[in-house]
Amino acid sequence: MQSFDLEAEGLRKLNVSLHAQKNDTNQTAWEITNPKGSHAIAVGLDAPIEVTVLGSTGYYCGGMNKQATVRVKGSAGPGVAENMMSGKVIIDGDASQYAGATAHGGLLVIKGNASSRCGISMKGVDIVVHGNIGHMSAFMAQSGNLVVLGDAGDALGDSLYEANLFVRGTVKSLGADCIKKDMRPEHLETLKCLLAEAEADAKPEEFTRYGSARELYNFDIDNASAY
Amino acid sequence: MTDKPDTAIPRTVPIQSATFSNPVNAEIRRAAATGIYDIRGGGSKRKVPHFDDLLFLGASISRYPLEGYREKCETKVTLGTRFASKPIELDIPITIAGMSFGSLSGGAKEALGRGATMAGTSTTTGDGGMTEEERGHSNKLIYQYLPSRYGMNPDDLRRCDAIEIVVGQGAKPGGGGMLLGQKISDRVAEMRNLPKGIDQRSACRHPDWTGPDDLEIKILELREITNWEKPIYIKIGGARPYFDTTLAVKAGADVVVLDGMQGGTAATQDVFIEHVGQPILACIRQAVEALQDLDMYREVQLIISGGIRGGADVAKALALGADAVAIGTGALIALGDNDPRWEDEYQKLGTTAGAYDDWHEGNDPAGITTQTPELMKRFDPVAGGRRLSNYLKVMTLEAQTIARACGKNHVHNLEPEDLVALTLEAAAMARIPLSGTDWWPGKPGTSF
Repeated sequence: MQSFDLEAEGLRKLNVSLHAQKNDTNQTAWEITNPKGSHAIAVGLDAPIEVTVLGSTGYYCGGMNKQATVRVKGSAGPGVAENMMSGKVIIDGDASQYAGATAHGGLLVIKGNASSRCGISMKGVDIVVHGNIGHMSAFMAQSGNLVVLGDAGDALGDSLYEANLFVRGTVKSLGADCIKKDMRPEHLETLKCLLAEAEADAKPEEFTRYGSARELYNFDIDNASAY
Repeated sequence: MTDKPDTAIPRTVPIQSATFSNPVNAEIRRAAATGIYDIRGGGSKRKVPHFDDLLFLGASISRYPLEGYREKCETKVTLGTRFASKPIELDIPITIAGMSFGSLSGGAKEALGRGATMAGTSTTTGDGGMTEEERGHSNKLIYQYLPSRYGMNPDDLRRCDAIEIVVGQGAKPGGGGMLLGQKISDRVAEMRNLPKGIDQRSACRHPDWTGPDDLEIKILELREITNWEKPIYIKIGGARPYFDTTLAVKAGADVVVLDGMQGGTAATQDVFIEHVGQPILACIRQAVEALQDLDMYREVQLIISGGIRGGADVAKALALGADAVAIGTGALIALGDNDPRWEDEYQKLGTTAGAYDDWHEGNDPAGITTQTPELMKRFDPVAGGRRLSNYLKVMTLEAQTIARACGKNHVHNLEPEDLVALTLEAAAMARIPLSGTDWWPGKPGTSF
């Protein structure tokens, strides 16, 4: 286990050290102490390493992650795991706005609640939130799966493309072009796998699926009031 | 009295309304028939105060000129010296602006890379990610970081030469990109993670930051990911140049890219292009003033764009304080866009060479703003690249000619004092004396 005191050694040295790890590294486990809400912790990683942050993080923790597993034993600030390509980011506490924004792949697990715009413009990532999510979540979400064990706020899935949204609790309101959809066997299977991987105690059958009505995919003047 | 009109009585001549002109009326009829606003490519077509309204004084007794072809007049420019460990070094102060793969064909992107590289300058990706054609043929490639984040990935971030965070552009400050379904081929769809054939309306705001304080943290993240090597540009449209430049510098930009309303777009609403944003002439001095007030002039470099056509425009932009310029529309014309050789086909599309702007429909006879394989075959990236290189070199020679005539051994030594304005409007916007006077509207210590 490599231990790194962020307060003592600084952000630049941390990210340089993590970027130096390659696929065949034997320094696979890293523990970061004293994060104290710092921004850009463990960003741009590209190696199969496990990084555990002991405390809460600021903006963009785990941003653009590839391959690595980043676990935050605290809460995460805005844009956690933004544009993640692969790997896994796990937040034991809550996550602020834009969690998983534009992420292309990998798995983001938020054990607490996520704030507004969770999964905004997501492009293939899987996100599992054990608690609730805020308003405008999955706005313009393009692909991937957003799983919410709690409730969703206003305007869920506004201007949604092909992402799948699964909510176990209530949805305050749906955004433009987002509708309730049938849960088919393949969706139940996807949910089962994601719930297991995210250590979530829930059954796939308890969820409702939401997706795009595809009414706004091509401009039609008669839909102008929806824009 | 008779029912017959008396031809001896003079009649009122039919007068077209200046307000309800034929083009205006045609647009009303088109809107009424279709129910959709006009969407088009390019920049503002209306006449606005521009570089044509400025003149250089040249040298005389009070200052002496440099000998053309003999005495050196440097054109090199270095961009990104503030924080980046690997600034961009260019041979000429003219760069290629961001244009997307999707909007342009792969061959056109390749030609932009070829031409820019031959001329010793950089080219820029666009709203659609980085293509191999472009990276492979561009010695210096600027990677745009856009609100849509289509095709955005850290590997491309690491293999670019600089990062340009796009906040806005001159054609549509406050608006996002638009790529309509006709141009969403399999390849474009895959790069953007979206279904084929649907309209793609890019976001107008970034998804994970909203203001200058957040932007500062976003820049920190990008620098950490790229080891503080890459210069970070921030591109803004000509909205509030003084304040936007100030905030860009505050957020940590190495370079500010400022685009006026004449700057082109792949496609957006005509009402946006013609009615939002300011001419580049009105923007430059405000941005320069912001940099000077922050004591950052020349430390944070300024690239301006929007309506640059020839070396005179380049020289005037530099004299007003820019470090470099960027071209988009001019580059496309050099590649062959709107060439009269395709006039028959432009006519079939209901337009004419020079006026064709329905780039979003993907039917470009020149094979540049299209994803249709048969049309793309018409465009030769090697020949196109050569034409672009020629054009860039001519512009550079023209700018040097003017600089030498003003007695400057580097194009960056051109200064506002080398210029006069032909109109009151240009004098006020550029803060340059009206020709024959020592005065401009708004000059400190004077009244209008």
